[in-house]
Amino acid sequence: MTATATDSIVRAAGLTRRFGDVTAVDGVDVEIRRDRIYGLLGRNGAGKTTLMHLLTGQDFPTGGTLEVFGHAPAENAGVLQQLCFIKESQRYPDDFKVKHVLRSAPWFFENWDEDFAARLVDDFELPMNRRIKKVSRGQLSAVGVIVGLASRAPLTFFDEPYLGLDAVARQIFYDRLLADYAEHPRTVVLSSHLIDEVANLLEHVLVIDRGRMILDESADDLRESATTLVGSRQKVEDFLGSREVLHREGIGGLASVTVAGLTAEERQAATAAGLELAPVSLQQLVVHLTRTSEKEFA
Amino acid sequence: MDEGRAIFLQIAEQIENDILSGAHPEETQVPSTNEFAAFHRINPATAGKGVNLLVDRGILYKKRGIGMFVAEGARARIMAARRTEFREQFVLPLLAEADKLGITPGQITEMVQQAQPIRGDQA
Repeated sequence: MTATATDSIVRAAGLTRRFGDVTAVDGVDVEIRRDRIYGLLGRNGAGKTTLMHLLTGQDFPTGGTLEVFGHAPAENAGVLQQLCFIKESQRYPDDFKVKHVLRSAPWFFENWDEDFAARLVDDFELPMNRRIKKVSRGQLSAVGVIVGLASRAPLTFFDEPYLGLDAVARQIFYDRLLADYAEHPRTVVLSSHLIDEVANLLEHVLVIDRGRMILDESADDLRESATTLVGSRQKVEDFLGSREVLHREGIGGLASVTVAGLTAEERQAATAAGLELAPVSLQQLVVHLTRTSEKEFA
Repeated sequence: MDEGRAIFLQIAEQIENDILSGAHPEETQVPSTNEFAAFHRINPATAGKGVNLLVDRGILYKKRGIGMFVAEGARARIMAARRTEFREQFVLPLLAEADKLGITPGQITEMVQQAQPIRGDQA
């Protein structure tokens, strides 16, 4: 698929947000394209939420440029009505019941699908007449998930949307997201710690670390981008040469080293040298990458 | 899905396996991209890439407005391709492991002759 200019719905260049002497988002260049599911991954405090606040116009950048649907998003109604941002800790008016949240949602989202919302309420077994203040943490998350899905906004952000949701409920969320996205393509940015759970849903992966975008790649390319080599220390070192190492572990005479992208010939050479090759999951890769930069910047 | 291998390749391989096993006979319709995506719990674009790979290889073809169908001769074509890969994917790793364990090629031959083959649908 080739990108055309109109494909791009978010463009940020040198995007920066400082709070006093803390730089939460540090010179981020990123482009988000239409009708794809993105993963925004990184450690706690890496800058994910601040970045999403900037992209959804809830905060002003202190530097750089940002266009969402062609305009700066902050205080721009034309842009904001195309966005839906589901936060980890969304607040609602004190006296609201679950049904009030779902009834007011169509005022904000023109694509709101009431039938879909009703089906999701059944799926998550939400008590419609309970006050929002009284529902469990998982039910509160389910409300957010339902609003995020049924709003069908052209650009939807889910920021750690699953707090308190058990494995079954999270699977319902992922399944409904995929099915509805297939029927109604739109852009979804999913921020998550549960990387292994969401890895297969993603078309594109963004990793932010200490405010910087350290990875911006298609999920397919990433899957084959790293390999762990296991073998005797000497054999591993001989094969490595001056290759860049993402991660290194060892026990006794055995070494386990993760390296970036090997060509088919290199893989054969490694096998021939008696090394075992193991794939690296997206989660492992993100852990390695964000650890490496920790050392680098220490 | 395996870790570390492009998912679209695994989807293509899975569809090929189902054609080989007869689950998708030639000239019948295969599930849609979205159905594959939902079943395997993967991104629809990724499933689409797997399907398109098989279209490029002439294994599947598109009937406009209806969907994807298994091409005539697809089974024979998949078998021919898989036979070419057989040496690299199965025989060489087998010999490497046997070498590690001190099993000679003669002993391997003997084992092969004694083993009960797991039959597919074709004798």
